[in-house]
Amino acid sequence: MAYQRRSKDELARRVARDIHDGAYVNLGIGMPTLVANHLPAGIEVILHSENGILGMGPAPSADREDFDLINAGKQPVTLLPGGAYFHHADSFAMMRGGHLDICVLGAFQVSATGDLANWHTGEKDAIPAVGGAMDLAIGAKQTWVMMDLLTKKGESKVVAQCSYPLTGIGCVKRIYSDVATLACTPQGLELIDLVEGLSPAQLQELVGLPIAA
Amino acid sequence: MIDKIAASIGEALAGIADGSTVMIGGFGTAGIPGELIDGLIEQGARDLTIVNNNAGNADYGLAALLKTGRVRKIICSFPRQADSHVFDELYRSGRIELELIPQGNLAERIRAAGAGIGAFFTPTGYGTDLAKGKETREIGGKNYVLEHPIHGDVALIKAERGDRWGNLTFRKAARNFGPVMAMGAKKTVATVHEIVPLGALDPEAIVTPGIFVSKIVKIARVATQAGGFKQAA
Repeated sequence: MAYQRRSKDELARRVARDIHDGAYVNLGIGMPTLVANHLPAGIEVILHSENGILGMGPAPSADREDFDLINAGKQPVTLLPGGAYFHHADSFAMMRGGHLDICVLGAFQVSATGDLANWHTGEKDAIPAVGGAMDLAIGAKQTWVMMDLLTKKGESKVVAQCSYPLTGIGCVKRIYSDVATLACTPQGLELIDLVEGLSPAQLQELVGLPIAA
Repeated sequence: MIDKIAASIGEALAGIADGSTVMIGGFGTAGIPGELIDGLIEQGARDLTIVNNNAGNADYGLAALLKTGRVRKIICSFPRQADSHVFDELYRSGRIELELIPQGNLAERIRAAGAGIGAFFTPTGYGTDLAKGKETREIGGKNYVLEHPIHGDVALIKAERGDRWGNLTFRKAARNFGPVMAMGAKKTVATVHEIVPLGALDPEAIVTPGIFVSKIVKIARVATQAGGFKQAA
């Protein structure tokens, strides 16, 4: 039976649905930033940007851009009423200290038990750059990954053990992918939901690992 | 009388020795002390260790400093950028040493230096390549890596307002590394857009108290790619 993958926006909407009223959330660079566009109406969510912002608002119009007000991806943003600025040590204390409720990140690979690889492809001549990836991975109360399940070559990015250099160990609680939502536990993967037309058996075949119902 | 106001950037940067560790504030376009970096290039100190979140963009600012060949080592979290070609070339040809640190550990190691902490255990990076060879410890069932402070000889930062005692306020996300670098270095030079009389800064709103600041120097309020803003707020 044919199944339809979630589009980037559908995936962002799926992630957004699980964010609770009053949550302090950090959305990683790239696809996770889309989640901000799909937060359910009627709830208040405070976005954190690790360069020193709580209460981050959407991008301004081009003529209102302010080079002193940018997000972690270095794009111009705005500050909502009630928002605050703070220095880097405080900002990362919000993560490391467990004050942030949810962090949504992209990934190269996630292991069944929640190890994350998202900072380095391990190529010898690549210039390494880590930024806040390792702090974010282990800092929030819940770290969620948002990614396509398969690589362009069709290999599962959910793996028994990450082959890419690790960002954090056992830190990912959930994987939101284009075909299914999975929980990572010390015992392995658990199924949360999957797209219409895809059976649990088919999903297990795509991933190549046991997935508890 | 205490007067930390320097008449010029040259005066503020006088005496930076060869071999110094220089912390430079800024993240992205926000809070980069471009005028002070240009001043450091002019000042001429060599064999420097630079602490910054990044490793320079295009051919201006930090990239221009790297290009002079006077930087032996850079300590940062994210050197790779679309336009970090100056650093990329130096790194690939083995002419610059890189110490790569997760961003939060970088900020905390600088803060620790300023706070007199001998070393601290952090969960960030545990079990990764960036913790290789470092002491680890399990505390309360959680694993930590021992990290040491980064002490600066000089910090160059960009602030918004200051007074002759060196008290500082910042502007929006340009604050980033400024306050912790001011603490973590023996000497801190801050640019400000406005110098105000003592008492004019709301004591409840001073972000960096003057005890952490050695010199302030006034710069023009211009919007550039390396900082400032388009719209006055």
